[in-house]
Parts: sequence; structure tokens; C-alpha cells
Amino acid sequence: MSAPLLEVQGISKHFGGLWANDNISFTVREGEIVGIIGPNGSGKSTLFNCITGFYRSDAGRVVYRGRDITHLSADRICKMGIARTFQIVQVISDMTVLENVMTGSFLHIPRKRAARAKAEEVLAFTGLWEKRDAAATSLTIPDKKRLEVSMALATQPKLLMLDEAMAGLTPVELKEMITLVRKVQGNGITLVIVEHVMEAVMELSHRVIGINSGRKIVEDVPEKIVVNPEVIRAYLGERYHARH
Amino acid sequence: MGSDVLQQLVNSLLIGSVYSLVAIGLTLIWGVMNIINFAHGDFLMVGMFIAFWLYTLLHLDPLFSIPICAAVLFILGGLIYRFIVSKVMGGPLLAQLVVTFGVSIFLANLAVMLWTPDFRLIEKPLLNGTWSLGAVQLSIPKFAASLGSVLVSAGVLLFLKKTKTGKAILAVEMNRESALLVGINTDRINALSFGMGSALVGIAGAFLAMYYYIYPQVGGLFGLISFCIVALGGFGSIEGAFIAGILIGFVQTLGGYYFDPAYKYALVFLVYLITVWIRPQGLLGW
Amino acid sequence: MRTPTRRQIFVSAFVLVLLILYPLLVRGSFPLHVMIMVFLFAMMGVAWNIMGGYAGMFSFGQVAFFGIGAYTSSYLLTTYHVSPWIGLLAGGVLAALAAAAIGIPCSNLRGHYFAIASIAFAEIVRIHFNNWKLVGAAEGLTLPILNQSFKNFEFHTSKVPYYYVLLGFLILSLLVCSWVSNSRMGFYFRAIKESHDLAKVVGINFVHYRLMAIMISAFLTAMAGTFYAQYILYLDPDSVLILPISVQVVLVAMLGGSGSLMGPVIGAAILLPISEGTRVWLGPKGTGIDMVVYGTLIMLISAYQPQGVWGLLSRIGRGKA
Repeated sequence: MSAPLLEVQGISKHFGGLWANDNISFTVREGEIVGIIGPNGSGKSTLFNCITGFYRSDAGRVVYRGRDITHLSADRICKMGIARTFQIVQVISDMTVLENVMTGSFLHIPRKRAARAKAEEVLAFTGLWEKRDAAATSLTIPDKKRLEVSMALATQPKLLMLDEAMAGLTPVELKEMITLVRKVQGNGITLVIVEHVMEAVMELSHRVIGINSGRKIVEDVPEKIVVNPEVIRAYLGERYHARH
Repeated sequence: MGSDVLQQLVNSLLIGSVYSLVAIGLTLIWGVMNIINFAHGDFLMVGMFIAFWLYTLLHLDPLFSIPICAAVLFILGGLIYRFIVSKVMGGPLLAQLVVTFGVSIFLANLAVMLWTPDFRLIEKPLLNGTWSLGAVQLSIPKFAASLGSVLVSAGVLLFLKKTKTGKAILAVEMNRESALLVGINTDRINALSFGMGSALVGIAGAFLAMYYYIYPQVGGLFGLISFCIVALGGFGSIEGAFIAGILIGFVQTLGGYYFDPAYKYALVFLVYLITVWIRPQGLLGW
Repeated sequence: MRTPTRRQIFVSAFVLVLLILYPLLVRGSFPLHVMIMVFLFAMMGVAWNIMGGYAGMFSFGQVAFFGIGAYTSSYLLTTYHVSPWIGLLAGGVLAALAAAAIGIPCSNLRGHYFAIASIAFAEIVRIHFNNWKLVGAAEGLTLPILNQSFKNFEFHTSKVPYYYVLLGFLILSLLVCSWVSNSRMGFYFRAIKESHDLAKVVGINFVHYRLMAIMISAFLTAMAGTFYAQYILYLDPDSVLILPISVQVVLVAMLGGSGSLMGPVIGAAILLPISEGTRVWLGPKGTGIDMVVYGTLIMLISAYQPQGVWGLLSRIGRGKA
């Protein structure tokens, strides 16, 4: 539970004159759930994209299980065991739920029958097995998010990165998602979650990293984060609901 | 040898500026509605024929046909939008790609039906002859067409940036949903842009009619080249279309002169392919 | 691709039997010619579907592969007396290589951008062949008239053998398409069609798979080209490298319903008799009215039934369910 799985070292990325990420560093240990918080525009998604190979960082390194993955392509990084979801949920339109997940399980299981079996296993895990033959487009948003997570899990990741997975959910759906995330972690997968929904971050994270204006401003356990003056200042004007 | 280069550079600018005008019309439509009008070249052909028939039947010089060509093509564009193109907006992408091919085939062959496939030429336009400027031979009708194209292009840019309607068009180009939110009637803007884009290419047709051969299939190649120019300049970018048009004028003229005239269009397409490889969104595209 | 229902299998078998019996049921060579054209464009439509309907790359440049196939086998035959069957394979390979050559620079292009790039590519090919003395430039190639035989891939007294050969090619294409669609590759194609980001996120090297789609499509299209050359025994750039052929291929796939296996076959079965019919009945005077009708048809279909016949049928099917 203590080996570093992911080391982000001094990641920086600029767009024109704007430094969306400015020398951000942190470590994620195996088995942890690390939360990343920050106001809109603070650079969370950019960081996400730099780590997972969707953007090319301008400086810094990303080390995963001891290997430098900094400028590898996104699909290679996925093959190595890092999976992610998107802020705006994306699923494959002209396929069923099961076929969507199979597309994920095909990554490490080339044979169709075995890939299907794996996909069904994942769907049972995430609670979508009953809807496996439904058209992916017919799902509700929370179910689509669940499907996205299923697809990611089918690629057999060691590290799962969720990009605002809790956004726009009702309290009931939120609880279900939180349960799912815990279940995923219980299955031996490390998680990094970018979130706005404070309740989820506080409940789930072992550690929280706060980002503002492209820089890391704090890294601490959730209880200390809420009372951290820098965090409060960054969020001044933002409402959040805490149940503490 | 130096004078040769100068002549070719001048020729490049001459054809390039007309290309730019054609491309600006196309990019206006593309930027606003996200639809490529594959019949754009055939609209050019219609403009050219209007100028030709006005000249032949009414002895109206192409210069004076310009407003008529613009008006007729504006209406034609509006009609085609209203009755055909608007039906595929919001539908499958494939249908959007194919529908204007249908318009293209229809127009080109309607022209064959009405006017035969023969090549026509306006024999004695008002603007005729050549200026000798030192080592360079400047064809007067080509110069007029080129100058006119630049002026019209500048006019379009001014219209878009300074007038209320123009800014509404730009707003829709940038973000449809937001434009809807601020109360812009996007359907009306669509029709307007389609009409305007068509009018612009009608004007280009009147310009070209002053010196170019006029025949039903003339739209084909011009159309293809204008697609490349628009994609090269960047979807929706007026400035991009203008610059790309001039660039393509250079590629075609210099390539044809120094490499092989038979391959000049192949070079244009090749340059286009290389550019989108390096920069898929075009020079100024977003 | 779902596993076909029993009803679908019965219908397909019935249609296949009809197609096999067709030459015995009709008289004269025109009906045979029409069906040959139907098969030809059905085959090219199926090939297009692999890269277009499934992988989302809407190519308007298929004619380039058609022409490369036709020219390769014809050139090898006329100059080196190579059997057209070997030429068939050679044409397919060359077309696949050309597909890779264009696929790489276009690997990030989607939608309109890809469509235009495909047209630009096909035009470059056409212009080049139009000026290339080796293959006859604008004059093209005339194939030698050999004794009719399956081995020579030439038949003179009747079109019937051509009909069956092409039917065989079409069935082969359908098998390839079906196999691709149901395999991992097919799943990956559909992910790529949805979005490149989505494909990346499930570990797909989309450049690699896009190339595969284009190359398979090119190979099959080139086979159609070789057939055509052996059928007509003459080719020039204006008959095997022009944009209208590419457009017709797309139309056939769209009309039948792109993204469905049998869509292009249905589309060809509807469109080709109309286009051949108008060409023969309205075309000969050279007035262009046949093409005016054709253009009108395209406009109407795209505007009012863009999902194609398959879309219509499946809507009806769902309505009944």
C-alpha cells in the first residue's frame, strides 16, 4: 500500500501566454484515492490531459510504476494500465452497452468470446448487467457515466482517473457513484479523482491536492483541506455543501 | 529571366485574388452552417453564364452584370437553402455531404440541357487589351477582375465586422448555441449566409466571364480548388480563405510554369494535402 | 453487427437463389449489364462501408483505387502478358499501398476535411494518369482480345460468365465486410468513428486502425476496377478515374443505409437500374437530361430519406416490435 504508483514531477503546460499548469508535482501511492480540487479554470483538466497523454506537457515528468511515460501516446498509456474518463461523457453511439464495454476489454483480450465474458463481468461489477443489451445512447446520464467507468475498467487498469464523474448527479445518484468508486478501490485499483463536488472528495479521498491558477497550493488530508486558508480563499464565492 | 519571374508572380496574384473571392463565399457558408456546398463551383458557372447571356442578348458588359449576377445568385442560394439544404441540417453528416453533390450534378447538366456543352467566350468586353508595364504584360480584364475581387473581399470583411447583421453572422460562426441564446435567428442567418456566399461567387463569375471560357463543366475544377483553399485557410476564416487563395494562385502559376503546366492542379492538391497533414485545422482555422 | 435473425437468413438465401437464376430468366444483354453494374457498385459500396459506414471516414475518392486496380492489371496484361488474375492481386496490393500513402497524412482528418482530402487525392491520381505516357496518358489502354475463357478473364459471346464472376466477388466482399464488422477490428472502427479521444481512452491506436480500414477498402475497390477493365476491355482516365464514380459509390452506400452490411447492395439495386435506365433512355441525345434527373434524385434522397432504405426498413421493423 505504500509503493508510489504515479509520480508527477514539475508538470508545466502553457497555451500561448497562459500557464495552465505551472510546475505541479505530487505522488500517488498504490491503493490510494487521491482527490484533486480547484476552482474552474485552475488547470485540473489540463493536468489530467498531460498525465494521460492527451496533451503534451512543456516541462516536467510523469513516472508510472518506475517508467517515464511523459510523452507517450494516450493509447500506449492506456495499455500500460492508466485509464480515464471524460468530463463530458462519451460512449459509442451505435453499439449496445455490452459492446461498448467489449471495446474496452478487447485491449488485453483479443478473442471475442473471452472479451465478452470479461465485459459481462465488469458490467456485473458496476451494476449495469441488466442493461447490457440496451443501446448505449438510451441510457440516462448517470448510467452513461457508469458505462464509461465500465469501459475504463474493462481495460484492466491499475490506475483509474476520473474527471468530474460526480458532476450533475442527484444526491441518490451521488451516493451510488461514491459506492462504486469505493468498490473499484476495494478491487485493488488506485484512483485519482478530479472533483468539484466536495462531498464526494471529502468522503473518498485519502489525500487531497488543491490547485489554483495552474499551481499546486496545498496537499493534505481532507479534514485539514477544508480549513486551509488558501483553499478557502481560492474558493471564496463558491458554494459547497459539506456534511461535517 | 528576372522578367519571367515577375510576370509569373503577377499572374499568380491575378488568378489568386479571384480564387480568394470564390473561396470567401464558400467559407462563409461553411463557417456558419458547417456544410460544404459542393455545388459552389457550379454557382460560379451560373454567374458566368448570366454575364454571358446578358452580354450576348442585351449587349450588357460583364462589368455592369455584376449586381445582376450577385442578385440572381443570392436568390438561387436562398432558394436552394430553403428547399433543399435546410432539410439536411441536423441530419446525418453523410446526407449533408451528398446533398450538394446532387445540386452540382443538377446544375451542371441543366446548363448542358439549356445551353449545350459548347465553350463560349465574351469577345469584346469593355475592359480589353493589355498594359505593358516594363517587362510585365498585364491583361486588363484580368487586372480588373483581380482588383474587383480584392475590393469585394475587403467589403465583405468590413460588412462582417462592422454591421449588426455581419456581426450576427460571425457570432453564429463562432458558437451556434450562444448565438441562439442572445436571440439571433440562426435559421435566418443560415439563409442569409448561403445567399451571400452564393452572391459572392456570382460576382466572381461575372469577373471571370470577362476573359475566361464559359461552359457548363467549368465549375468542376474551380469548385474543387475552392474547397482546398477553404480547408487550407481554415474552416470559417475569411482572412484565411483570402490568404490561402493567393497562395494557391502562386502554387498553380509557379508550379505550372516551372514544373509542368499539365500538373498545375495536381500541385495545388498536393500542397493542400501536405498542409493539412502538418496543420489539420488549416492556416487560420480554429 | 448483430447475428442475423432466421428471417434475415431466409431472405438472403432466397435472394441469392434468385440472383443465381436471374441470367436464365432474362433475355438480352441489357438486363445482364444492369445487374453487372448493380453488383459492381454494390461491391464498391460494401468496400466503402468498411472505411466510411463503420470507421467514419467518408471517402469521396474511391475512384482512385478503382482506377489503380483497373490500370495495374491492364498494364501488366498488355505489356507483360501477366494473367489478369495475378493482375487483380497486384492491383489490390498497389491500391492498398496508395491507401496507406494517403491514409497517413490524413490520419487526423475527419468529416468534411477528410472528404475533401480524399477528392484531392483522387484528382491527383487522375491528373497523373492523364499525363503518364507509360499507361497511355489520355488515350488510355486497350486490352488485347484473347480467346474467351475463365483463365483469360474474357468472355465474348455472352455476359453471363461476367455476371457470375462478379457475383462471386460481391459475395466475397460481403464476407470480408461481415468478418471485419464482427471482429475486434470492427469494434475498434466504430469507436474511431465515434471519436478519436474515445478510441485513445480504450487503448486504440487509431492511426493504425484507420489505415487498416482504408487499405482493406482500397483492395476490394481495386478488384472491382480490374473486373471492369476485363469487362469493357478498354480504359482511360475519363472512364475509370472520375469523381462521379466516387459520388455514385457513396450514394449507393448512403441510399441503402451506411453502416449496415447489406445496405450498399440494396442501394445499388435501386440506384443503378435508375441511372443506367435514364442513361439509355434519356441519355443518347446528349442533352444531359438523364443527369438532371439523377441530380434531382440525389437531392431528394438526401433531403428526405437520409437514413436510406435500411433506415426506413429498421424504423418499420421497430414500429412493429
